[in-house]
Amino acid sequence: MKEKDYFKISNKKFTSRLIVGTGKYKSFNECAKAVKASGAEIVTVAVRRVNIIDKNKPLLMDYLNPKKITYLPNTAGCFNSKDALRTLRLAREIGGWKLVKLEILGDKKTLFPEMIETLKSTEILSKEGFEVMVYCNDDPLMAKRLENVGAVAIMPLAAPIGSGLGIQNKMNIKLIRQKINVPLLVDAGIGQASDATEAMELGCDGVLINTAIAKSKNPILMAEAMKFAVISGRKSFLSIRMKKNFIGSPSSPKKGII
Amino acid sequence: MARKNKIKIKLNGKIISVDKGINLGILINKFKFPLNKIAIEKNNLIVQKNKIKKIILKSNDKIEIVHFIGGG
Repeated sequence: MKEKDYFKISNKKFTSRLIVGTGKYKSFNECAKAVKASGAEIVTVAVRRVNIIDKNKPLLMDYLNPKKITYLPNTAGCFNSKDALRTLRLAREIGGWKLVKLEILGDKKTLFPEMIETLKSTEILSKEGFEVMVYCNDDPLMAKRLENVGAVAIMPLAAPIGSGLGIQNKMNIKLIRQKINVPLLVDAGIGQASDATEAMELGCDGVLINTAIAKSKNPILMAEAMKFAVISGRKSFLSIRMKKNFIGSPSSPKKGII
Repeated sequence: MARKNKIKIKLNGKIISVDKGINLGILINKFKFPLNKIAIEKNNLIVQKNKIKKIILKSNDKIEIVHFIGGG
């Protein structure tokens, strides 16, 4: 029998191909419900200072059990390699996390990635034993270079982070797919379920979504929609779509027409 | 005027006053931070959590304590 269609990252097997972010929710409770509805087995988290004023503030870990769901610490808010490395080394110290999401921004307005710092950091982190999933621009050549220095997954943007604009350059995503062998995930810019399906149909191994779920009117319902959108897109991709024709072709047989 | 038995340190960017001779373990305990959910830095260097009781705080030490929050 054919092996089940697992999503593999750095020798770890997952069933769900949807990774969800845990930011921008109204509450940890809403976030936990959305994560559950999404079926995601990996969630991204940020590293920040603990609150020393309000000691009784709830903690994310009380709502999402890191023993049951894989935490993917990110470097959100870092604009250089030094800060990103510091953040991920701290994240590893919290509880041994090696699988991380590297995200180094270069521009506060567009939140586009700073690729020179990203490339440098990917190499350093990989040498330190981290398994680095990299947020990057949608440049096929840069994607290949990231793979060459040890990235375990390439995660190009579809559009700016939090923009919800959908996949702006489908051709580049396809070209990256052809160029790299490690998992490919569209990271930022998904706005609705059809965008996630499209990413999967382009050959992505997975999708990472935060704002499209958290900032919809009904995050729990949207989380579920994204779950099915990713499954649907994957199955559609694996089925290999029909050839496009530019003339009509009747679906019902002509024989026996009365 | 600073009291003799107190020193000033910086915890997560805030200057606080602590007892002289206090170790990092006592400080963490005072704030009730759950050890399995945090990471600690002292003067920009990561501190191994099993060594915190052996680290005596000195005046002007910079301590950073971080944890995971929601993020994308």
